Amino acid sequence: MNNAILMASADDIDFMIHGLFSYEIFGQTVWITTSHVCIAIVMLVIILLAVIANRKMAKAQEVPDSVQNVIEIVVEFLDGIVTNAMGKSAPKFRNYIGTIFIFILISNISGVFGLRPPTADYGTTFALGVMTFCIIHYNQFKHNSLKSIWVDMCSPLPPWFPLWLPINLISEIAVPISLSLRLFANVLSGTVMMALVYGLLSKIALVWPSVLHIYFDLFSGAIQTYVFCMLTMTYISQQMNDEEEATA
Amino acid sequence: MNITGEDLILACSAIGAGLAVIAGIGPGIGQGIAAGHGAAAVGRNPGAQGQIMSTMLLGQAVAETTGLYGLLVAMLLLFVKPLVG
Repeated sequence: MNNAILMASADDIDFMIHGLFSYEIFGQTVWITTSHVCIAIVMLVIILLAVIANRKMAKAQEVPDSVQNVIEIVVEFLDGIVTNAMGKSAPKFRNYIGTIFIFILISNISGVFGLRPPTADYGTTFALGVMTFCIIHYNQFKHNSLKSIWVDMCSPLPPWFPLWLPINLISEIAVPISLSLRLFANVLSGTVMMALVYGLLSKIALVWPSVLHIYFDLFSGAIQTYVFCMLTMTYISQQMNDEEEATA
Repeated sequence: MNITGEDLILACSAIGAGLAVIAGIGPGIGQGIAAGHGAAAVGRNPGAQGQIMSTMLLGQAVAETTGLYGLLVAMLLLFVKPLVG
């Protein structure tokens, strides 16, 4: 009866994903939903900001003006958190972490501007989780020998007795699921709360919901962005433990 | 008024959703403990406030996950209605 997870129509309270139009491809019905539109808007904003930053930094000055200052603060902040968490191997992951940080942050705070945050769709966050999962295991196979991975997988018991192998495998698979569900549920809870406030209290919801916007969209969104990136970096540097320890 | 099987399932789903968000108690206690220890740590060593703050927020966000799973179960029961055939 429902097309996808949480994709239906409520009467008064509207925090659902709506299908805009559908088309058939290889016998499958594929929906273009509001999440896709919001993601497109978010990506346009990011591309626009990137183009502006690029133009500005092309003629960077010794004494930075206001826009250049902001760009430098952002880049230094992103560099700082990656360097803090990953130490010597930070330069390899700066791009990935910075990209997902900016994307998740702008997605989360897009709720302030009346969009439905794209991260309140499990499809978006699961894609991010799968990307993190691939990077974790790429680095695991790059920095560890197959033998040590096998020993690690059978870890509490000796490697010739792989009784705990399934349990360890499940805990590996749980990583992207818990990462993505954490982000999804946080943003979704904010979206639902705001929809309840606007739907049920529409007569008196005049100025004071802005306080809730600050908490649910800005504060919670920023915290969850930070947490997602920190956990990604922690999981990656766990797999690289044979190298230099992170200088946290 | 006749109560059909579907009505019964919907009513029980609502009760189940209410029970599921009781999971919020655990993260509340856990986050409070983390915040209290964070405050104590800042009091003992005010110089390390930034580090303590980020560690505390990271731990709190991880502790929050179980409560969010409860919320998700409640949302699924209320809006996706997996038990109604």
